[in-house]
Amino acid sequence: MRPHRTPLTAVLLASLFGAAALVACSGGHREGPPGPPAEPGAPPTAAPGEPTRGASLSLKGSDTMVILAQRFADGYMRSHEGSVLEVSGGGSGTGFAALLNGTTDIANASRPINARETAALRERGTEAVETRVALDALAVYVSESNTIPSLTMAQLSGIFRGEITNWSAVGGSDAPIILYSRENNSGTYAYFKEHVLDGADFAATAQTLPGTAAVINAVSHDPNGIGYGGIGYAEGVRTVPLAAEGAAPVAPTMENAVNGSYPISRFLLMYTAGPPTGTAADFLAWVLTPEAQALVTEAGFFPLPGAAAGGAGGPGSEAAPSPGASPEGTAPAPSAPAELEAGS
Amino acid sequence: MGEASEVVERISGRASTPARTPLGQGFRTPRSHLVAENAIRVVAFAAILAIVLIFAIIAREALPLFFDAEAQEELGGLDALLFARAWPGYPEARHIWQPVGDVPKFDVVPLLAGTVKVTLLAMLIATPVAFLSAIYVSQYAGKRVRELLKPAIELLASVPSVVLGFFSLVVLASAVQALFGTTYRLNAFVAAIGLSLAIVPLVFTIAEDALRSVPRELVNGALALGARKHQVILRVVLPAAMPGLAAATVLGLGRALGETMIVLMASGNAAVVELFDPTSSARTITATLASELGEVSPGDAHWRVLFLLGTVLFLFTFVLNRAGAVIIERLGKRLRAEAT
Repeated sequence: MRPHRTPLTAVLLASLFGAAALVACSGGHREGPPGPPAEPGAPPTAAPGEPTRGASLSLKGSDTMVILAQRFADGYMRSHEGSVLEVSGGGSGTGFAALLNGTTDIANASRPINARETAALRERGTEAVETRVALDALAVYVSESNTIPSLTMAQLSGIFRGEITNWSAVGGSDAPIILYSRENNSGTYAYFKEHVLDGADFAATAQTLPGTAAVINAVSHDPNGIGYGGIGYAEGVRTVPLAAEGAAPVAPTMENAVNGSYPISRFLLMYTAGPPTGTAADFLAWVLTPEAQALVTEAGFFPLPGAAAGGAGGPGSEAAPSPGASPEGTAPAPSAPAELEAGS
Repeated sequence: MGEASEVVERISGRASTPARTPLGQGFRTPRSHLVAENAIRVVAFAAILAIVLIFAIIAREALPLFFDAEAQEELGGLDALLFARAWPGYPEARHIWQPVGDVPKFDVVPLLAGTVKVTLLAMLIATPVAFLSAIYVSQYAGKRVRELLKPAIELLASVPSVVLGFFSLVVLASAVQALFGTTYRLNAFVAAIGLSLAIVPLVFTIAEDALRSVPRELVNGALALGARKHQVILRVVLPAAMPGLAAATVLGLGRALGETMIVLMASGNAAVVELFDPTSSARTITATLASELGEVSPGDAHWRVLFLLGTVLFLFTFVLNRAGAVIIERLGKRLRAEAT
């Protein structure tokens, strides 16, 4: 036993644990003032109007848009040092409620504001102003060997509810229909359930897969399979033209999604109470830049057609119609509330 | 009483002279040593603490289901968890797992059925393969073959389950469909094969250890009495190693129950109640937790039911692992007793 040699190890060990304990302690006290220190030497790169130093903004609402909004927030914070954006979900309705009682600056919504919510806001003496930030459209995939020319929305609904179980019932060959669906936490699942199944349950036999890529992989390997997911992903599968009630079948292209003739497409929206001002205006203008619209694709949605091609009005101006093919503008504007009908 | 027996007494703790202090405690321990000793004691006990905390926290989230009237109302009554019901829009009473929607349906029976189906199928495939390879490697294979085979099979255990899952999803599923013409490309059978790839090395390792630890004397005795090799293995080695083989099975079962990624990717995850058709899809508890827990809002009924499922899974795997460990321990004792 050589007692003079071991203390070093012991002390080292002890100090290690001491340090660990200190770190653990200080971790508990991290909730300091939320505002980050203003960086005097870091002017915002592209800030029309208000200065963004130390600005904070909260976005709340649609669960479908949480990932998208988070990506927007990260991108915005990266290019606008010192600003803090907080994103939370809860659903489109939650977002509108928060906008109403002033607990959020921007409400994310995957559906247009409804009459009741509009009225409630008006009672408060303000108006909901809407900005389209991305396009969301679902394509229906079948195997490339599947020959059905098109499906009506009623047929599609029947297929995914499990009422139509053989392809021969919808003009295909005599083979069972194999359903591929998404996990029930996905916004795509919720959207499809609401807009195609009219709120009814998916058939129990529908296989649920953890992502659009998995659905496409499954459908591409299954001659009797049918699945749904974003338009942009369809590779190795065939997308089926869909017919709304009493209308001709429409192919799932971006143009048809934008002009509203394709039955399952919608805009993803951000609402402010009154015309956006300050950081909110700056953020919403930034969201329409090509830089931000590139994030839309990453989040699994579609960039706005002619993104960053808004009118010439500055942030806050209400009436500039934004979708269209005007050349790249400098300061895109939120679109007018009236023109939003797609997707409902 | 000689010097030697005194040492034996002290070592075995039966010292008859209480005046003597135990070895290693005759000097005053420096404070730094005490600090270090206590530090590593904390670390050692952290594992127990972790288990207790994990269980307590998971169970705490699930418990309100049983006591909170509001949570039960969200479920549609506690009996909605287990009993078929004629939900609006359905012609007859059915077990339905549809936790998201206007009328959420939290019947866990499809998930239990899926879990049991996939797990048992995987065990049916994995245990014969693992046992037969263990018998070959431990009884028949020469030294060189054994040194090649054993690490190779055990290497399979180091393949990440997500890789096995991907392999099942892309390669196995197509192969199975081409071979058997199954209606569903992703099904319980495919998942079970993928799962068995993960279980075989575990079952094999324990089984092989058990077979090899059968005392040589038993084998030699049987051989000396004129038994053939296969007779020795069937009548002597296997019965002697039976507890070890049972432990291997039980631990394999625990692993199969808890495995997530492979079943998530390969089973199709349709929540159907089909216990006896291996070619239909299956949704397991683990896959359900993995895919749904991420975005459910904390505190609502869906969240609590998922935690309830987690608690059940935890209890099952905990009991299975404990049972396996106990069996192995008993086996060790018995063999030691037989050998002496």
